[in-house]
Amino acid sequence: MKIKVSHLTKAYGTTDALQDISFQVPDGQIFGIIGPDGAGKTTLFRILATLLLPNSGTATIAGFDTIKDYKKIRNIIGYMPGRFSLYQDLSVIENLELFATAYHSNIRENYHLIKDIYQQIEPFNDRMAGKLSGGMKQKLALCCALIHKPEVLFLDEPTTGVDAVSRKEFWEMLRKLKDQGITILVSTPYMDEASLCDCIALIQNGTFLHIDTPGKIIDSFPKRLYAIEGDQRTQNLQQLRNNPYIDSVYLYGDRMHLTFKEDPDPHLPEVVLVTPSVEDCFIWLMKKDSYE
Amino acid sequence: MNEATIQVQKLTKRFGDFTAVNNISFEVSTGEVFGFLGANGAGKTTAIRMLCGLSKPTSGWGRVAGFDITREPEMIKKNIGYMSQKFSLYDDLKVWENIRLFAGIYGVPHHTIATKTDEMLQRLGFASEKNSLVKSLPMGWKQKLAFSVAIFHKPKIVFLDEPTGGVDPLTRRQFWELIYEAATQGITVFVTTHYMDEAEYCNRVSIMVDGRIDAIGTPKQLKQQFESESIDEVFRKLARRATRKEV
Repeated sequence: MKIKVSHLTKAYGTTDALQDISFQVPDGQIFGIIGPDGAGKTTLFRILATLLLPNSGTATIAGFDTIKDYKKIRNIIGYMPGRFSLYQDLSVIENLELFATAYHSNIRENYHLIKDIYQQIEPFNDRMAGKLSGGMKQKLALCCALIHKPEVLFLDEPTTGVDAVSRKEFWEMLRKLKDQGITILVSTPYMDEASLCDCIALIQNGTFLHIDTPGKIIDSFPKRLYAIEGDQRTQNLQQLRNNPYIDSVYLYGDRMHLTFKEDPDPHLPEVVLVTPSVEDCFIWLMKKDSYE
Repeated sequence: MNEATIQVQKLTKRFGDFTAVNNISFEVSTGEVFGFLGANGAGKTTAIRMLCGLSKPTSGWGRVAGFDITREPEMIKKNIGYMSQKFSLYDDLKVWENIRLFAGIYGVPHHTIATKTDEMLQRLGFASEKNSLVKSLPMGWKQKLAFSVAIFHKPKIVFLDEPTGGVDPLTRRQFWELIYEAATQGITVFVTTHYMDEAEYCNRVSIMVDGRIDAIGTPKQLKQQFESESIDEVFRKLARRATRKEV
């Protein structure tokens, strides 16, 4: 196991940021931490990147303990924080050289790793990092996190605020890095990115709601899920919420998703059975969690 | 849906020799939920700044909430609401203080604020949180409260710039129910989002590419026109046309 986390807990004052988190990531996998802002994703990354001490529990990266062996871990990981943290008043190439040198490496040595990404920002080599667009900053940050050929890559919300096309391209880059044997821990609030991970953990309020492959999470949806197309959506929604057959109903893109208490309402012939998405599962797990 | 709250003709904005917004024309009707989509750098923010009266167009013409965007920007600011994920409420103020502050800024008559505040909190089910600091509220509540504050002064139109970024999926849906409710009351909703499923919630959407509006219509029309299964697919087909280098 490349990453092993057991019973990790972290509180800030009286706020529990992480509660009893345990999971493992095998070598060469893409593991996704999926959940909304404030769920505890960044706290988890900061502990694993040896920048924050947990209150209790342990974590190892490539066999090294995040507390005892923090210096060793820092050499073998690449960390891209959610907030842009390169030097804004250094140019693109200066940032990259700085990171390479800090890790006793140089750009030539691991150029193959960053080539595809770096070529897109190379024309702006002399521009100050602070003057780059969001997409360019993100690419530079990824290059800087990769330039020392890390064994494990931590990416904290790399695609937040990024448009749908650039997000897709970013995930294609991650696939290629995985093929080079790099283990990747990545967080995202976008549930549609879950299917691109080998394994995912759904996180909410500092706890993991569920850990599994995206396929198995979808299989674990406990009810039959139906969809109904609706034009006058708000009116329909109120009506459906009062329908005694219906267990839950919510908006879902151009339709509504609903579950029934037992059998479908025979008066609603237009409902069709659909496969749940990771979002449907997340919603269901959130609700279950709040009842318990 | 009848009269237009937003009317834009050949609106253009240049910065030096860079054309950020290139000759866009469109209308949005009263009570419509309008999705304003585009890749990063396509020109959305520049266009929204002109619509809100924060930036003067280089050429072209526009009316928002009945006022001319070039000649009457101050009137526009009074008649719109605005909310984004980045800027919404003050964390260090209490719930009622935030409402009081924004209501004051937007000129809601003083003697009505207290009653309206109670009504609003009642409706949202937040009455017990009136004296809580905003920072102590769960993320989902904050977003819903921020939206309600943005429309507290009953603007003709509310601009929502990625209002649901980073929000859990259940809250995101409840948020859209609030949007529909506002639209039913006649408030025009102008919204940007990176969640393509949310584009499907809109009455109509436009997609910007390289400063132009390359597609506009109901989600259904666009899916037909671009022979796509989803707005996500439409978006990808259009955004790939972009030739403008991200700089």
